[in-house]
Amino acid sequence: MTEAAAAQAPKPNRKSTGTGWFALLSRNHLALAGLVVVVVIVILALAAPLLPLADPNATAPADRLLRPGEGGHLLGTDALGRDILSRLLWGTRVSLAVGLSATVLAAVAGSLIGLVAGYAGGRVDNWLMRGIDMIMAFPYILLALAIVAALGPGLLNALYAISVVNIPFFARNIRGITLGLSRREFVDAARLSGQSHTRIVLSEVLPNVLPVIVITMSTTVGWMILETAGLSFLGLGAQPPQADLGSMLGEGRKILFTAPFVSIIPGLMILVLVMAINLLGDGIRDVLDPRLKSGALSRPVARTAIRRDSAPADRRHLPAVLEVQDLQTQFHVKRRVYRAVGGVDLHLAPGECLGLVGESGSGKSVTAMSIMGLVPTPPGRIVGGAAWLNGADLFGMSDEQIRRLRGAAVSHVFQDPLSTLHPLYRVGDQVIEALRAHAPLTHRAARDRALDLLRLVRIPNPEERMAAYPHELSGGMRQRVCIAMGLANDPEVLIADEPTTALDVTVQAQILSLMDRLRQERDAAILFITHDFGVVSAICDRVAVMYAGRIVETGTTADILAQPLHPYTDRLIACVPVLGQPDRPLAAIPGRPPSVDALPPGCAFAARCPRAQPVCSAREIAFETVAPGRAVRCLFPLEPSNAG
Amino acid sequence: MASYILKRLLAVFPVLFGLTIIVFLIMAMIPGDPATAILGSYATPENVAKLNRDLGLDQPLPMQYLTWLGNLLHGDLGRSYTLNRPVLDEVLERFGATLVLAGTALILCSVFGLLAGVVSAVRQYGWTDKIVTFVVLIGISTPSFWLGLLMILFFAVDLKWFPASGMYAIYGGGDLPDLLHHLVLPAVTLSVVATGVIARLTRTAMLEVLRQDYIRTARAKGLTERRVILRHAFKAALVSVIPVIGIQAGFVMGGAVYIETVFQWPGIGSMLVTAISTRDLLLVQGGVLVVASAYVMVNLLADLVQTMIDPRLRG
Amino acid sequence: MPDDPLLILEGVERVFGGGRKLLGGHAPSVHAVQDLSLRIRRGETLGVVGESGCGKTTVARMIVGLDHPTGGAVTLDGTPLSDLGQKALARRIQYVFQDPIASLNPRKTIRKSLEAPLRHLLGLDAEARAARLESLLAAVNLAPEFLDRYPHEFSGGQAQRIGIARALAAEPALLVLDEPVSALDVSVQAQVLTLLDDLKDRFGLTYVFISHDLSVVETISDRVAVMYFGRVVEIGPSRQVFGAPRHPYTHLLLRSAPAPGKKSQVPEDANTELPDPYNPPPGCAFRARCPRATDLCATDRPKLDATPHTSACHHPHLPEDDRPRRPNS
Repeated sequence: MTEAAAAQAPKPNRKSTGTGWFALLSRNHLALAGLVVVVVIVILALAAPLLPLADPNATAPADRLLRPGEGGHLLGTDALGRDILSRLLWGTRVSLAVGLSATVLAAVAGSLIGLVAGYAGGRVDNWLMRGIDMIMAFPYILLALAIVAALGPGLLNALYAISVVNIPFFARNIRGITLGLSRREFVDAARLSGQSHTRIVLSEVLPNVLPVIVITMSTTVGWMILETAGLSFLGLGAQPPQADLGSMLGEGRKILFTAPFVSIIPGLMILVLVMAINLLGDGIRDVLDPRLKSGALSRPVARTAIRRDSAPADRRHLPAVLEVQDLQTQFHVKRRVYRAVGGVDLHLAPGECLGLVGESGSGKSVTAMSIMGLVPTPPGRIVGGAAWLNGADLFGMSDEQIRRLRGAAVSHVFQDPLSTLHPLYRVGDQVIEALRAHAPLTHRAARDRALDLLRLVRIPNPEERMAAYPHELSGGMRQRVCIAMGLANDPEVLIADEPTTALDVTVQAQILSLMDRLRQERDAAILFITHDFGVVSAICDRVAVMYAGRIVETGTTADILAQPLHPYTDRLIACVPVLGQPDRPLAAIPGRPPSVDALPPGCAFAARCPRAQPVCSAREIAFETVAPGRAVRCLFPLEPSNAG
Repeated sequence: MASYILKRLLAVFPVLFGLTIIVFLIMAMIPGDPATAILGSYATPENVAKLNRDLGLDQPLPMQYLTWLGNLLHGDLGRSYTLNRPVLDEVLERFGATLVLAGTALILCSVFGLLAGVVSAVRQYGWTDKIVTFVVLIGISTPSFWLGLLMILFFAVDLKWFPASGMYAIYGGGDLPDLLHHLVLPAVTLSVVATGVIARLTRTAMLEVLRQDYIRTARAKGLTERRVILRHAFKAALVSVIPVIGIQAGFVMGGAVYIETVFQWPGIGSMLVTAISTRDLLLVQGGVLVVASAYVMVNLLADLVQTMIDPRLRG
Repeated sequence: MPDDPLLILEGVERVFGGGRKLLGGHAPSVHAVQDLSLRIRRGETLGVVGESGCGKTTVARMIVGLDHPTGGAVTLDGTPLSDLGQKALARRIQYVFQDPIASLNPRKTIRKSLEAPLRHLLGLDAEARAARLESLLAAVNLAPEFLDRYPHEFSGGQAQRIGIARALAAEPALLVLDEPVSALDVSVQAQVLTLLDDLKDRFGLTYVFISHDLSVVETISDRVAVMYFGRVVEIGPSRQVFGAPRHPYTHLLLRSAPAPGKKSQVPEDANTELPDPYNPPPGCAFRARCPRATDLCATDRPKLDATPHTSACHHPHLPEDDRPRRPNS
């Protein structure tokens, strides 16, 4: 998970303010409306025997087809003179009962099959799912029809038929989830705790599957009510004189042209009931599905929202090709504000490689992604600061201006080359696309350029590899393709976000060598994000260390490694084992970083810092330049003698 | 790719084989004496005994199945006792009408479903999205048979724009414009639910895809937003939407039962309903088998299209 | 240390796939682990290093009984694992998972997760369990109030302590640690490594420590086995393997590993492809990437010998060769 995503999906807070499922549901107005309608209808249906209603089956030929309101019949009468209101409520009772029973039957049978198939896997899974596929091979309603045809028309038979045809939905859904869960480490852990298979299925897997069963039920109830109504409409479900909503509609159809209200009323009831159930079902799904809960399904727009109150006046580092001043990026999730980046300054000279180092959650990736507006909005937004590319403020540009710079003057290489390449396009075409987005090249010329680029990043057999899809290449090859894409338009700045973290050591070393050569040959500046001081040493000229959204120390790589000034930098270096020094004691940093939605005043590291004084938490601490090119945000920096 | 297609084609046979077993077993579930069920309760005992012999019903079940399957492979689905003609002839004749109706509905729901889903995802939380989402919700909650009745009342009875029933005008019809004129109401009605389902899933798939790293890459490359949405996001979303369209084909074919009944469309659906109420079980069997086989083929097609789009699926 | 093996792997092999297909013929098969022999001594820490796909996790799963070898034998104190029941095995050997959060059931409190081994493996009653839980949490430096919380309320480092506590619950002799710190932030890694060191002394444990991170393995291991393409290519005392590596692959690994203050020294050419696992080459699997390869390597598969520090190579780097440049030394 990238840092941005991590910040987007914050861990539920321990002192959560009692956000039960009802509270969540009630925040969703549509779902709440659905709930209210469902409750009202259910109460009316349950209370039908108690209400002062006419006998639903009492025929009165003299009063046939009274219009709504006539003769004391609120909703009129049908062709046999029966009171429609009464029949409607009694019919709703039947429809609800049948729909719910069918759902429960299908859910129990389908979930059982799904659980067994998903957990057992192998042959059992294969046979069970083949059977389910067989049922799925029939068009949905057709199988129900065939079953009713065999069993004979009748409400109970319709119920069985509807349940059977819905079993596959549950079975497939539950099997998929169970299969995923069975491979999860906690199931292995349960096995190693000596639990039996039955016990694991019931006490480890089922509780995790239950929400999915509930979701599937809540989203299929409405559907099943519709289908039972359908069978009754065709005369295959409820048999006279008993009525459900579908059969009322079927009877009304015969007199559609003379008395349309007889069929319109029960249809409207079905619509309202099913719609309310669907609204409620969607609400339940949103509550129970953790992916939706965190708002993860929000679509990020093309560029990060920029809401600056004020912008810094001008640049400070003149030869810099890229300069960032007081950058502040936040994530707004519900009512919480995550200050992922809280005022970052950095600058890149032409051809220079700056390493941005920090642990996860320190804001290093968000800093890098903010520059070209690639932080996802929602929930991210840039609330302050400026980024100048050759003197032009990137945050003040139009979307179109930014688009023209992306991939041209400023390009990116991301962490996981499998997920960053489009899985459905050949890698050659993806490189060509990067070229043609910024240069008016013919396809042929672009192809030649792309081949050159693949050669440049030392991909063997580039002609052949052009036609490969990303999944057909190894991780190292994929990252070379990404680098080729990044270099396509001779960028001045390359932003590399942990480009080697997902790779094996031997491949990582090659990619680092490659990037180091290319930036020297092409005079491209690199902003290199990493958590690894070893990687920093391999490629970076200068380093900026980040902690809790701010830069705490900056200087040349050699200086920082030899003589860290900030206690955090010092401890960070000391706690990592170094190859070739197995006897060096590891000095762990106690505690953990503060959450960026609840930053302490003053120095964010004070709580973990051996040198901290009360004053450290009293006020903002300035980023002081202590020597040319060397700055530290600390009141009590290490003296050279204390370092290391 | 060629070997994959071959493999998929071969995999269809076991499925078709399974279909015949299920259809056979369902018919074997019929309570009481099947011959009586097939011939109706007024059949003479001689006729019942003859049919039992003809159908091989005095044999054990697996033998019965093999005989039945053998006949099936020769194109013999038995005779309909209500129509007094071979089941296959009747079924094939009506299948064409269903194909026209269901095919049109499938095209309608794919086009409008995809369109609505993409627009809704791109304008997430905007007014367009809210309206589309709400209309879709009504669509998937409406009983299609009721909607058909409303359509008839409004567009055929009140406005007189389209005919209320049938496939061709009784006098002077029979050409293509006449067919299209009759087709509009039933096809639209039939496509409503499926459009809703496809729109919903397209929206979800698009939102899911738009969060992927490769979309960020596309933007980082400086592609226009239009290209990002249409070429990068939509294609990837399509991979998960196509199987859904395949499944919707099944819903549309099944839903045709209602719509054909409501609009008196001379297809397999209305035939099945009549056949069930007259207990003409051989006709039911034949109709179900043919429609189910067609559905298997549609799903095969969906599978192949999906594989064409997604190289990762070619195994 | 006397050669007192606790666990012996003898010619272990694990083949995935390869079952008979419906229409005759065999499904393609992958040899995840081949002809692997290891003797794990009582009280030592054996490090296993290798890159992704080398089979190290498969070895770990076979040792704890989550997977079963398709060939060869694993014996614990002289008893074949296949003769021990799953429960008996789980009482002697436990596992620490890579992803600490994923190894805890999200819908169970920590108390429930930790009680399972106490109840099912040791058969303790409620009172004994409560007492044991307290001492377990104390052993991994966690406060008792953590017991009634759910996994999502923990940071990775805390969750990994709980994972370790669960593994220790049944008082095992051997812990298999599969990348136990690679999902953790660097500042937390050190905490967990220190804890592991401390626990080993306190409870007299034996560790099999699997990792891709050479510096971590070097810090924690007594002996190291280097794996490549499903086989052990070099094994020996940690200092010797890291100080004077013999196999060219070990050399490459050490040269590639980044370290503070070390510039990249590896050529950027892309010859890192592993051989096709469905169609493994004869001879040495590293041959195509090896600067020392000869014709012999293409035909004869080199073997390990019985010496304490040995490599499966026809042309190993011997002590008199120039040693690899060591960083900061």
